[in-house]
Amino acid sequence: MTRDPVLTFTDRGIYCPAGDFFIDPWRPVKRALLTHGHADHAHPGHASYLATRSAAPVLRHRLGKIRLQTVAYEQTQRIGDATVSFHPAGHVPGSAQIRVEVDGECWVASGDYKTIEDGLSEPFSPVPCHVFITESTFGLPVFRWPAQDAVARELLDWWRNSVDRGVTPVLGAYSLGKAQRVLSLLTEDIGPILTHGAIEATTQVLRDQGLRLPPTAQVTPDTKTKDHLGAIVLAPPGALGGAWMRRFGPVSTGFASGWMQMRGVRRRRAADRGFVISDHADWDGLNQAIAATGAEKIYVTHGYTDIFARWLREGGLDADVVPTEYEGETLQDSEES
Amino acid sequence: MKAFATLFNRIDQTTRTTVKVAALAEYFATAPEQDRLWTIALFSGRRPKRAVTTTRLREWAAERAGLPLWLVEEAYPVVGDLAETIALILPPPTRTSDHPLTHWITVLKEIAARPEPERKPLVLAAWEQLTPTERFLFNKLMTGGFRIGVSQKLMTRALAEATGKEASELAHRLMGNWTPDTVSFHDLILGDDLGGDLSRPYPFYLAHAIEGAPDALGSPQEWSAEWKWDGIRGQLIVRNRQHFVWSRGEELMTDRFPELARAVDLLPDGTVLDGEIMAWDEDGPMPFNALQKRIGRKNLPKSLLRQAPVVFAAYDALEWDGVDRRDQPYSTRRAQLERLLAAATTQHALRLPPLIAFDDWPDLARIRTTARDNRAEGLMLKRLDSPYLAGRRKGDWWKWKLDPLTVDAVMIYAQSGHGRRANLFTDFTFAVRDGDDLVPFTKAYSGLTDVEFREITAWVRRNTLQRFGPVRQVTPEHVFEIAFEGIHASPRHKSGIALRFPRMSRWRRDKPVSEANTLDDLKALLALYG
Ligand SMILES: [Zn+2]
Ligand SMILES: [Zn+2]
Repeated sequence: MTRDPVLTFTDRGIYCPAGDFFIDPWRPVKRALLTHGHADHAHPGHASYLATRSAAPVLRHRLGKIRLQTVAYEQTQRIGDATVSFHPAGHVPGSAQIRVEVDGECWVASGDYKTIEDGLSEPFSPVPCHVFITESTFGLPVFRWPAQDAVARELLDWWRNSVDRGVTPVLGAYSLGKAQRVLSLLTEDIGPILTHGAIEATTQVLRDQGLRLPPTAQVTPDTKTKDHLGAIVLAPPGALGGAWMRRFGPVSTGFASGWMQMRGVRRRRAADRGFVISDHADWDGLNQAIAATGAEKIYVTHGYTDIFARWLREGGLDADVVPTEYEGETLQDSEES
Repeated sequence: MKAFATLFNRIDQTTRTTVKVAALAEYFATAPEQDRLWTIALFSGRRPKRAVTTTRLREWAAERAGLPLWLVEEAYPVVGDLAETIALILPPPTRTSDHPLTHWITVLKEIAARPEPERKPLVLAAWEQLTPTERFLFNKLMTGGFRIGVSQKLMTRALAEATGKEASELAHRLMGNWTPDTVSFHDLILGDDLGGDLSRPYPFYLAHAIEGAPDALGSPQEWSAEWKWDGIRGQLIVRNRQHFVWSRGEELMTDRFPELARAVDLLPDGTVLDGEIMAWDEDGPMPFNALQKRIGRKNLPKSLLRQAPVVFAAYDALEWDGVDRRDQPYSTRRAQLERLLAAATTQHALRLPPLIAFDDWPDLARIRTTARDNRAEGLMLKRLDSPYLAGRRKGDWWKWKLDPLTVDAVMIYAQSGHGRRANLFTDFTFAVRDGDDLVPFTKAYSGLTDVEFREITAWVRRNTLQRFGPVRQVTPEHVFEIAFEGIHASPRHKSGIALRFPRMSRWRRDKPVSEANTLDDLKALLALYG
């Protein structure tokens, strides 16, 4: 008799038959386990939710009134015939890999992850398993993140340069994760930090749960740049170039993303500057993380799946691509993921 | 290379022309003279001889990075640029150096001069001591095609700022056959004598497209009209009993078109004509397709010369009696052109297509609708009293093209783009209906907005039927209007048809697949315009 795999890929999301739950489903289900609060993982409309304690405030902020149960990292619980635990993914504060064990066979769904420490997110910890479902957003050897202190210096230079030229630097960063990451890279030498309302709200949620971040001031209809000389502005990418920007007069625009590693993408954004800051693992990070799980079977999803799976197979692993129709929406570089 | 890398970064990090010009001007004011000269050469499309094939570069880079070759080859189309791909995959440099740009060009020349097996250690040694940006530039020098967001016009502006010379004079100085090995910065940019280069052409004046109708141009009496041909814009030069043929891309094409050698007998010395290089048989102008067979061919078999004979259709005279006449009114230049070509007959490869007489703008609009019957792609309008300007300047020359041909086609395959569109599906294959079948007939890459590309990308991911390497077969569901400039028979294509300049002009969300055009519709267009 063949038994069900521990996790299966369905058109609603990753499904666990033994526990009758889904991981990051994109269509309404009875029971959803969420890796983190980004829009491509946390969808509204499920009957019940389970996530880490530190992911909860953002989920409530974004999804409103939901039936949400929380759990601490590493803590195991029984759901049906499955044993489930959440482990730090290092992607954004509260993000998790989800470990599911059934009859001694153990699978880990990584969600999004990064292996470098950002000083904000609970640091990524490899979870030994038999089967590992990995993202591959940046699964090409051209993606290697520069040292973060070097990027911090670039940010500071750009700010100084802009202020010297009498223009306001406006940096595009997603409101959950990337914006706080940028805030943590800005040293004390920098001028006042102004934020778009969407960023301010998420940042406040994270501050309330104990994250230490530099002071920021929300941009309001009354905000005048002359009251904030030498300021840097943080806004969601969608606000860049829009009417919202007009109040700042002449600006220099920047964009923070792993895609900024590629000159072509950098130029398409039509921002003045690109900063290579990513909350996903780079090439080396992906390879290290996969090796550290000790898994023999790898499922590759989200990103350069075919290429990355072939690379893993050549390295002696049994690697397969999650069929696209079971991938859910993949968001583009202008949207958060 | 540090100063050149800084210049590159400053240019690359901005979308503002003024900032680019300022960065270049500063560089031209401070860099060593030989570096300046090379920078001008690079930004005007001149580059050192290719030292290493791109195949070797890929192999060496893969080996140095410890990656299988196939992986480098998969990464390359995603990045869209081999020089950049290599710069990104190589491990960080082990030492630093700061040699001027010219040093690295000398290194490249040395590499080119060595036998193949000795080249690899030299390239690896260079990579070892260059930062990623410098590596990218070094690789660019090796692989050619130095297009990095600096047009020749922009560079000329910066050079004018740095030297105090007129931009139009500089544009003329930069034309022609020079290389940094044959001329010094001083002679090229500052010297008194411009006459050193017999083959030196003038900067081309480029027309703007008319939006709508030409009514806003004022009185029709001030304008002249002629057919706009679909060939290669060129300059024909006769000086000192020699002739030279330049393309608008500043390529010397004299040898490609032996028919034009007769120019030496038909034109006096010190003559420069502006016109269109075209394939033209006894029936008149041939489709661009015919000319295309001639371009890129080094040896020209007799049969091909017979099949696609080339002519120079002249429409302006820029120099006569050895004097630059570009500041004369167009009417004067045209009159001189007609005198010069009075002897040329339809037997010759030098042609003078007549001007088109018209009474008023509505009259001209009516004539324009017959452009395809005359094998032209529309009309050219030139202001009679205008001088011959350099570059694309609004006001005196206008092109008034016909609306493109269109068909409604079904998207059947999608492939991700490269470079700036690496993470979007942008390259599509389209089909027309043939009974119950869908017959692919063209690819198209451009014409949608970024928002539309994102939307179709999300759709492609959800509607992939099958993958063939990078290509995805998708559910035939979306209809797009494909616009194109020409259509011709092509045995190489399954449909038997090839299009010129196909692009997506509209996403026909209103049309179901059953209302897309058919293969018979395409064949009818071919019969009409092919
Ligand atoms: Zn994601
Ligand atoms: Zn995410």
